Amino acid sequence: MPDALSLSWRQYRLERKMFWRNPSAAFFNFLLPLLFLAGAGAILSGSQRDLDKLLPSIAGMSVMSTTFTALAYNIVFLRERGVLKRIRGTPLPTGSYFGGVAANAVTNTALQIAIVVLAGRVFFNIGWPPHVATLVVFVLVGVVCFAALGVAFAHVIPNFESTAAYVNAVFLPIVFVSFFVFDSTSAPGFLKTIADALPLKPLIEGLSGAMVAGAHSPSHLDALAVIGLWGAFGLYFAIRGFSWEQSRT
Amino acid sequence: MMPTVSETSPAIEVRSLCKRYGDYEAVRGIDISVRRGEVFGLLGPNGAGKTTTVEILEGYRARTSGEVSVLGHDPAKRSFELRRRIGIVLQSGGIYSHITPREALRHWASFYPHPREVEEVLALAGLTEKADERSRRLSGGQLRRLDFALALIGDPELIFLDEPTTGFDPEARRAAWETIRSLRALGKTILLTTHYLDEAQELADRVAIVKDGRILAIGPPRELSPHPPGAAHYRVAYRDAGGELIEHETDDPTTLLAELTREALARGERLEELSVARPTLEDVYLELTAASSGDRDA
Repeated sequence: MPDALSLSWRQYRLERKMFWRNPSAAFFNFLLPLLFLAGAGAILSGSQRDLDKLLPSIAGMSVMSTTFTALAYNIVFLRERGVLKRIRGTPLPTGSYFGGVAANAVTNTALQIAIVVLAGRVFFNIGWPPHVATLVVFVLVGVVCFAALGVAFAHVIPNFESTAAYVNAVFLPIVFVSFFVFDSTSAPGFLKTIADALPLKPLIEGLSGAMVAGAHSPSHLDALAVIGLWGAFGLYFAIRGFSWEQSRT
Repeated sequence: MMPTVSETSPAIEVRSLCKRYGDYEAVRGIDISVRRGEVFGLLGPNGAGKTTTVEILEGYRARTSGEVSVLGHDPAKRSFELRRRIGIVLQSGGIYSHITPREALRHWASFYPHPREVEEVLALAGLTEKADERSRRLSGGQLRRLDFALALIGDPELIFLDEPTTGFDPEARRAAWETIRSLRALGKTILLTTHYLDEAQELADRVAIVKDGRILAIGPPRELSPHPPGAAHYRVAYRDAGGELIEHETDDPTTLLAELTREALARGERLEELSVARPTLEDVYLELTAASSGDRDA
């Protein structure tokens, strides 16, 4: 019988297989941010400054959609379908299960970031990321933060039918506020305060410094602290509130 | 707890089990002992506490009070050792939409120290032809067979079946019964819940009738009686010369039959359609559950 680590690897491979077999999930994970990038890129193509702002914004959104959105959907679906409960009744260690699930999300994020970086180089005249190590650190911290928040948020969603409404009610406002404040030099003060307190804008700023040569970025440590705090908050509720089965009404 | 773990000790031992949800008492003092190799049925209406009891034994729920031993373990501790030795068919358990039965069984097999062969389990569950079909394209009956197969892949000693045939058409039920019989033939201990009388009668070596969180009667289905032991009722029925159906209830069918046949012979008549029957499980069930009805069925 395999040990916990190879069980995690097996779970990861299963998650990968299931991911690619579900075209709509693959669409939301990969195509949507890329369409966004292509559409906005076409509109902004006249201004290199705008393109320099666009690329890390889309990268940040990709981190959020491949972790927060994808995990909230998955967990709610698997919980409602009874898959989680079934797994709970087997000797598969909980850590092996979540290890595989998390590694799957990390893979999607990494693929997505690679595609965004490549698109930036090929279409938007933005070179290879100047600070690869910083990029890796921010992507990893962002993944942990938004994955934990996604699992925690899944606990709030009552059923699968309402998942899209719940997820978008959080995802879209955060994306818009963060994009707007990150891009604008004249954003109202209260919006700036909100965006600075949420984890996405600090992530985008960190990614900006890492991905775009010469980009001005504020303190990485401040950004990592905000993302880290949200991550700790997410992890606490992800673990504490986790439910393996649909609550019976 | 019960410390001894041997081949002869009971597979499941439950004493004074209680489970309370807030103010509602789902299980109110259940005692059962399931022998190894036995098919034990928990029979009762919806809301009787069957699933709560089984899910406590499976380790899904914590009990409020009482003693529980499953293969010598306390299931509330959720030890790997215990979970490797049991198989669970939930009342409704889902599976990934895009997985095939063969892939699911291979994956599940990796959780266990000594799994059965995937092909063998596919055959046993009647899934060989659908082994490479995505689960979303399987019928309800085929998905249920996959539930059986996944519960079986780890070669468990003890299998929990929670309402295994609810919602099945008659043909699918027969097929599921065949699978359960073949599990019994493999020497597995099976704890089965059902609200179908014929299912309990067909499959179970012993049945406990459960209602409102209590056991009303317990024993082999054909020996169950709503009356005290020794006072078992027999029903003697026949058609008289006028074609009318006559029924007698008696504790002493020997004497009654002797009288009836002697009188009939004296009249030169035959007792058409003469039968002597013990009360069926259905009679017992209806009598017992009717006697305690009036409580809410929740």
